[in-house]
Amino acid sequence: MQFAISISGFVALYIFMLAAFAGWVIIGHVPAILHTPLMSGSNFVHGIVVVGGIFALLNASTVLEQVIGFFAVLLGAGNAAGGFAVTDRMLAMFRLGGPVAKHGHARARHIKKG
Amino acid sequence: MLTIIPQILIGAIDLVAAFLFMFGLQRMSSPVTAPSGIKVAGIGMLVAVVASFLYAFGVDTAAKPFLTVNLALAAVALVIGGGVAWWVGRKVAMTAMPQMVAIYNGMGGGAAGAIAAVELFGAKYHGTVQLVVTLLGALIGAISLSGSLIAWAKLDGVLKQPFRMRGQQGLNSVFILACLGVGGYIVYAAQAGASPLIDMPHLIYLFFGLALIFGVLMTLPIGGADMPVVISIYNAFTGLAVGLEGFVLQNPALMIAGMVVGAAGLLLTLLMAKAMNRSVSNVLFTNFGEIVKHKHGDVKGALKPVEASDAGIFMRYAKEVIIVPGYGLAVAQGQQKLYELVKLLQAAGVTVKFAIHPVAGRMPGQMDVLLAEAGVPYDMIFQLEDINDEFANADVALVIGANDVVNPAARTDKSSPIFGMPILNADKAKQVYVVKRGQGKGYAGIVNALFYADNCNMVYGDAAAVLTKMIEAVRGLGSKAAA
Repeated sequence: MQFAISISGFVALYIFMLAAFAGWVIIGHVPAILHTPLMSGSNFVHGIVVVGGIFALLNASTVLEQVIGFFAVLLGAGNAAGGFAVTDRMLAMFRLGGPVAKHGHARARHIKKG
Repeated sequence: MLTIIPQILIGAIDLVAAFLFMFGLQRMSSPVTAPSGIKVAGIGMLVAVVASFLYAFGVDTAAKPFLTVNLALAAVALVIGGGVAWWVGRKVAMTAMPQMVAIYNGMGGGAAGAIAAVELFGAKYHGTVQLVVTLLGALIGAISLSGSLIAWAKLDGVLKQPFRMRGQQGLNSVFILACLGVGGYIVYAAQAGASPLIDMPHLIYLFFGLALIFGVLMTLPIGGADMPVVISIYNAFTGLAVGLEGFVLQNPALMIAGMVVGAAGLLLTLLMAKAMNRSVSNVLFTNFGEIVKHKHGDVKGALKPVEASDAGIFMRYAKEVIIVPGYGLAVAQGQQKLYELVKLLQAAGVTVKFAIHPVAGRMPGQMDVLLAEAGVPYDMIFQLEDINDEFANADVALVIGANDVVNPAARTDKSSPIFGMPILNADKAKQVYVVKRGQGKGYAGIVNALFYADNCNMVYGDAAAVLTKMIEAVRGLGSKAAA
């Protein structure tokens, strides 16, 4: 059995086509209320580029390649970590409200952490 | 030699990661599951990054002597890049989210471009197809990097004025064609085995330079109001670039994640453009600020200012109040105060709802986030199509810091630049209060006929200050009202 991954020609196109279709369908059901978090969330997902950066850097054999590879990892890591941080913060704010204020002067029930 | 065990591990873990990304995105499509969605995707990212260090077992022979240094470099880059971005992302104000997304997106595009550069300088690609795909990914990634940086600068206020000049489209075309030409020449030279004109490294520098300049030129003339659409396009671009570089590196996780984002970003872009009543090509190739030099049509009536306290008391005795918040509210940091007022009104038995226009704020959905931050439960927040018919039953429509999204000219005035844009029917309410800093125009620079309508009164002042006065007025009625 062969474990080395080798994707070429039409196989790559099939993968691209299916992935693009999946992305389109997943986003198609998103309510407008989530558009900003979702743009941010999909921005986080392409932070996976950091993995490619690590691959390129580990295989670097000249100083130039090392320098560029270093920046690939640096930028990719920033994309991933920053994308997660802002998306998580935005989404943590979504909560279902009950009849909070129906009972007179009740203060806000939830106190935000941080 | 790549031993078989790390190979299987990487393959299996990347498969899991690709699944987690799509599952996470799918969970993000509903407010109930969204907070867990990003965590699911986060776990996918974490395992994929950890697993990527297994590549150390199978590096090229040429890179073997550098492995220790490279591993250390990778760890340092991860800690610095990830750490700084994480820290900034945690600290930044919620109103600054659009520019943060822009900058993180630019970093992703830059990373994809950098990977392509390593492949190109090291001539690591196999065959013409891979070379072409590498160049394509490099081009898109580089445009996304420089374009996102300009978008960030515009949103952050570093660049205030759109930069326009005569023949800009022509100049842009020259740069993109030159870039494609250099790319084509690189392919030719690689096949021929020699580059007769300039040597390969300089060609690659030239290629990246042209792509970066094109990204800057393409973004500079676009006005701030259109930036959300632009960021969304670059988001899709980065996804596409990542997917293409994933193919070059033969990494299916990158291919799938990148392509999912590419398609999702494209759809999001179209949805946003539609909400703003603009086509994507319109955003990119016409200059928004220029077509709004509009004769300020003959508006009948007069602006009728009232005191904030009077408006507050009027709302206290209304049955139903619909609030239309806009970016001005966020600028004044008035969301907390607004929710305080809403709770007072609710306590007095008033039905209160929030009506959100798709482009309220600077990005679709941003206003929802800002209200959520203030603690407003999202079942009080309604989108345009769900609430528009209800304005006719509402006693009061309270418009705070919003302007163009409630301008009836969009329904009636064919000559108006916003004609055809879906608007919130605030003018149909029995009484309209508009909270506004002054008599200035909205982002699109158009006179708003609503402000002159018979049922409309203006409350001038900073949104937060006005809301404080309203709260005091309603509190003043306090106990006897509750009885």
